[in-house]
Amino acid sequence: MSNPLPAKERMKIPRQHMPEQEPEFRRANFEEVNLGLDATLAKQEALRCLQCTSQHCFIGCPVGVKVREFIDLIVEGDYLGAAAKIREDNVLPAVTGRVCPQEEQCEGRCVLTKKGEAVAVGYLERFVADYERTHGKVGLPPRAPATGRKVAIIGSGPAGLSAAGDLVQKGHEVVVMEALHEIGGVLIYGIPEFRLPKDIVRQEVDTMRQMGVEFRTNVVVGKTVTVDELLSEEGYDAVFVATGAGLPIFLNIPGENLCGVYSANEFLTRVNLMKANRDDHDQPVFDCRGKDVVVIGGGNTAMDAVRTSLRVGARNAAIVYRRSEQEMPARVEEVKHAREEGVDFKMLTAPLEFLDDGKGWLQGVRCQTMELGEPDASGRRRPVPIAGSEHVVPASMAIIAVGNGGNPLVQATTPDLKTTRKGYIEADPNSLRTSKKGVFAGGDIVTGGATVILAMGAGRQAAKSIHEYLETGAW
Amino acid sequence: MYKILEAKFLAPQVKLLRLEAPAIARRRKAGQFVILRVHETGERIPLTIADSDKESGSITIIVQGVGKTTRLLNEKEAGDSILDVVGPLGMASEVEHFGTAVVIGGGLGTAIAYPTAKALKEAGNHVIVIIGGRSKEFVLLENEMKEFADEVYVTTDDGSYAEKGFVTDRLKGLIEGGRDINYVLAIGPIPMMNAVAGVTKPYGIKTVVSLNPVMVDGTGMCGGCRVLVNGESKFACVDGPEFDAHQVDFRLLSTRNTMYRAAEQSALAEFEQDHDDHECRLMKQADAQQSQPAQA
Ligand SMILES: Cc1cc2nc3c(=O)[nH]c(=O)nc-3n(C[C@H](O)[C@H](O)[C@H](O)COP(=O)(O)OP(=O)(O)OC[C@H]3O[C@@H](n4cnc5c(N)ncnc54)[C@H](O)[C@@H]3O)c2cc1C
Ligand code: FES
Repeated sequence: MSNPLPAKERMKIPRQHMPEQEPEFRRANFEEVNLGLDATLAKQEALRCLQCTSQHCFIGCPVGVKVREFIDLIVEGDYLGAAAKIREDNVLPAVTGRVCPQEEQCEGRCVLTKKGEAVAVGYLERFVADYERTHGKVGLPPRAPATGRKVAIIGSGPAGLSAAGDLVQKGHEVVVMEALHEIGGVLIYGIPEFRLPKDIVRQEVDTMRQMGVEFRTNVVVGKTVTVDELLSEEGYDAVFVATGAGLPIFLNIPGENLCGVYSANEFLTRVNLMKANRDDHDQPVFDCRGKDVVVIGGGNTAMDAVRTSLRVGARNAAIVYRRSEQEMPARVEEVKHAREEGVDFKMLTAPLEFLDDGKGWLQGVRCQTMELGEPDASGRRRPVPIAGSEHVVPASMAIIAVGNGGNPLVQATTPDLKTTRKGYIEADPNSLRTSKKGVFAGGDIVTGGATVILAMGAGRQAAKSIHEYLETGAW
Repeated sequence: MYKILEAKFLAPQVKLLRLEAPAIARRRKAGQFVILRVHETGERIPLTIADSDKESGSITIIVQGVGKTTRLLNEKEAGDSILDVVGPLGMASEVEHFGTAVVIGGGLGTAIAYPTAKALKEAGNHVIVIIGGRSKEFVLLENEMKEFADEVYVTTDDGSYAEKGFVTDRLKGLIEGGRDINYVLAIGPIPMMNAVAGVTKPYGIKTVVSLNPVMVDGTGMCGGCRVLVNGESKFACVDGPEFDAHQVDFRLLSTRNTMYRAAEQSALAEFEQDHDDHECRLMKQADAQQSQPAQA
């Protein structure tokens, strides 16, 4: 252990604050909100770690990042070493350091939370990953001799990317097929620039390309080519389906098809992927400058949508969520940032109808106030309507962010691939094998909408399992 | 990059482009479409695949220059490239032996309907084609249709060619004349498809239309292409683009299609402005060169 301070002294150091753009300023730009710790702040924060033996942080991490060890390396000043330590278990540290729900994982378990605030593991992870990006080169891991085996990975989100990185290192030929014109999945089309700069994702993808991963954009598996064709005519030995949960769920309430009503996927894709807000790009998006916007939902997607609407010029932007703030699944930091930026949170409010201005355009959302009743199947208290509480929230644009289902394109064209009642692919929780020989699945297409880190974990797990299968040939 | 192998105008501002896209050509069936993006800052737009050829690995699209992107495509020549082309998307046309099938194309719709008309003929149907155009120059593919169709009728809104009137007048004529029609496919402007649906509905003739809502990804990911069919929301890019004409909410479709009209118009105006400037410069250059004394 390199921490020179006794435990008592360490505990006196307050949690370091993340420097950020001022709310008034940042709500009008797409630059990253969090500016990142500098080395002094990072070191100070790292000193807070008690280096306890229980290592709850490690247990709390879905991919088992050795948190204590990398923090220790920061204390020593070996930032590149710290980054390499994280990379042993997590191939996208610059991404997860920014978007993981740390408060539910590593930080949530930190012993310091008993007396005060957790070590800012996320900030530190981001610090070393950014340090690695800007100083020194990311060392390319050695690649095993070519095995002559070919693996097709369908979908280029975190699940597909992490599987690709691991498999290529094992010496397999890896081809990632992506339906869109850009690689990255939700990291590119969903999560906005101000939370995850796209250059970071592109750099990670470039690193993989250098490692030997082949990326093919504009390939919709199920349409351009089928899984069966990949396994037969195209000579792939295994297929990993990592197509994500990209089927937007609508509310099925009147007026949902009015002009001005979007799914979060559509709104975010138009802005993030297609840069519709920029004059030099052709894709249009509803011009909400000076207008009122309502976003329905309480997850990260809802926070991203509502904060994006402010940045493209909304006058008022409100979250409408049918439960209370406690139940909101969004990362705590996103809610805090949204509130600072002036987002109006209408909690315990449920939409009933989108109102037509008479010309087919949205003019408001008729809502109802709720109160919390008994816990439901998810353990969260069920919202129940309060009689006579109906009211109209004015809005020219509404964005529905209440979740996604599994995109059925691959399943529909692969008849022997078993799916769940909800349309997700059935895969063994350990081996990620599906009902079809040679085909594995993981990430959101198996679990339903979850997190970047879980998808990445699934990608690694799949890579391990695929490698075993390719070695032994046993199914 | 997808290379353009052939480019030619079929009518004013209606251009045929044959693209090198072997993977798409291999699987494509009549009725399917592609989404393309011309260049890095371009938008993604859907276009029906009018024809494809597995051997040469090419697909054909026919583009009417109505907005900035389609005008840009109109300027492309053989040898140029298109940045992104993805497909074949959507469900294939339902091609069966129906008996007598009427295929109706309005304007550019004729080009879109052409492959399905041909497939219907190959499936053993008696195929009647009705081609409509605003005026003579917008009557597309008449000769090509005549090559295989059993009957071809042409109408023009202004009477500048063939019968004056609408495709629906001709359709009504056939039905009222006692022809036993088992299937109608109508592709064209929304009011035309809506009118065809109105004509066939009282007779209970199975009628299918190909819808053209706004799209982004074309894979069912955004829901921007949703249309109401029998009161239910459908994603045209994956569930369609063809739907039962008698169940489609055409009014909703045409309203939703106006969503970006203002942006589209200003983009087009800007494009034309740039274009004019460019042409002006070229003209001036040419003039300048001409006025220079010839070198001895
Ligand atoms: C707006 C938004 C914000 C989020 N914020 C956070 C956050 O802060 N923290 C967090 O941990 N998680 C967050 N999530 C969730 C997280 O992004 C996902 O859980 C994660 O991306 C899932 O990864 P995946 O690899 O399974 O799928 P995806 O990232 O969805 O990638 C799947 C890819 O497959 C492609 N594809 C689909 N079908 C086909 C096909 N047939 N052929 C070829 N390609 C296909 C898709 O185009 C896509 O690129 C957020 C999600 C959204 C939408
Ligand atoms: S175009 Fe996005 S779902 Fe159809």
